[in-house]
Amino acid sequence: MLSECSNVKRPVIEVPSLQPAGSVPWETMQTVAEEQVVPDEVEAAGTQVGRRVILSMLGLGALGLLAGPRLQDAFASSVSSDFASLLPSGGRFRIYTVVGFLPERSKDAYRLTVTGMVERPLELNYEALTKMAPTSITADFQCVTGWRVPDVPWVGVRLADILDAAGVQPGGAALRFTSFDGVYTESLTMEQARRKDVIVAYSMEGGDISSPHGGPVRLYVAPMYGYKSIKWLDGIEVTAAVEPGYWELRGYDVDAWVGGSNRRSDAPTA
Amino acid sequence: MTWTRGSAGRTVGAMLRPPDEAGTPTTFGGSVVRFHGAERMLHWGIAALFGICMLTAAALYFDPFAALVGRRATVKTLHVYAGLAIPAVLVGMGIGRWGRPFRADAGRLNRWTKHDSRWLRRLGRDPFVPQGKFNAGQKLNASFTAGAIVLIVATGVVMRWFDPFPLWVRTGSTFVHDWTAFALLFTIAGHISYAFRDPDALRSMVNGTISREWAARHASLWRLPSEDDNSRT
Repeated sequence: MLSECSNVKRPVIEVPSLQPAGSVPWETMQTVAEEQVVPDEVEAAGTQVGRRVILSMLGLGALGLLAGPRLQDAFASSVSSDFASLLPSGGRFRIYTVVGFLPERSKDAYRLTVTGMVERPLELNYEALTKMAPTSITADFQCVTGWRVPDVPWVGVRLADILDAAGVQPGGAALRFTSFDGVYTESLTMEQARRKDVIVAYSMEGGDISSPHGGPVRLYVAPMYGYKSIKWLDGIEVTAAVEPGYWELRGYDVDAWVGGSNRRSDAPTA
Repeated sequence: MTWTRGSAGRTVGAMLRPPDEAGTPTTFGGSVVRFHGAERMLHWGIAALFGICMLTAAALYFDPFAALVGRRATVKTLHVYAGLAIPAVLVGMGIGRWGRPFRADAGRLNRWTKHDSRWLRRLGRDPFVPQGKFNAGQKLNASFTAGAIVLIVATGVVMRWFDPFPLWVRTGSTFVHDWTAFALLFTIAGHISYAFRDPDALRSMVNGTISREWAARHASLWRLPSEDDNSRT
């Protein structure tokens, strides 16, 4: 990267270039050039520095592979979050969407429907959700792609409470979640859904859930990888069997326990 | 930027043939082939693929961009295959008869002479340090880029087809992939800025030829191909 040709402004050979174009025969040029010419072939005798550079980089790469996780953590804790957000590092949320836009819906326009194998299909607005008994959870958020955000506080309603309000029919063994992005889906078994640390969340980090983070309402499945915590949640359907969600149809595990799935060994988040 | 001769409108076949000497505007002494057709196709092919990789990386990585572009599954696929295409183009354009000029240049870039050390000590500011076809800076840049491509492609493969790899390899790969790409972004920016500072050199990556005057001035140790022998560069 040092130079394409850095002596552009200070030409070696002034003499020929001062002559009117075309008036200096090529032989003259050659004579001037030959004064300092060692033929090109001397390069063949040079040391193979290029190869050494490449091999050194591979060595550094191997070191980085070994030390990477530790360096990453040290780096993330030593710089300000504003700066870190511009550099490759972990410890912060990354905004993933599977559609070509950022889904947005106001609290006023928000509706959550509960349908399928239930006694009483529900349509809950934002206010109705926030009036139900709140549950607070503070836990690490672990993405299956590797990043982890420590100690994220969430507030929401237990999914079990919403299911009880709707009344699950016999044979309702699983849940299918839809997003108002129109594409993303997720799934849980009934047993997983009834855990205490699975909530329909409407608050994160002490405030509303912003649109990039899946607001105004998203699912938060504390013990599982982030892809289970569907963003922009707008529909819960009780089904007889698990229907794999968006990323699960693309290779991720349906039962996404942190540290116990997707061939990852992260520390559990719940 | 005005081009005296552009590549626009030329067929691929014409690109692959050594450029003709006639009609190339030069001051005197004619021009020489600096980059053959296959080398230029390789260069611009990789440039385009690198551009795709960087844009898709931004869409996968930087939150404002990620939120704006979305379509994570598609962007990811595009990123992976554009990245894999880079070594494919390097190998495809570097093998066989048409790859000979590229292999010759790779050999030049690999070798380091006492002039290169002198050049580097003065950071190219000493006009009396003779250089071959490529100066010491270009040699280091080429080696760095080659090493970076190996690292990024290898770690990218681990990130994409992660199943057989233990977690620490996957985390380490992400770390190496991100930081190498980050460094490469800067060296490529440097490469482009130097190219724009020397329009003659940049033009030769488009039409292949450069004036003998330029060659004598900036690459005096480069054994120039003679008028009737364009096959060796």
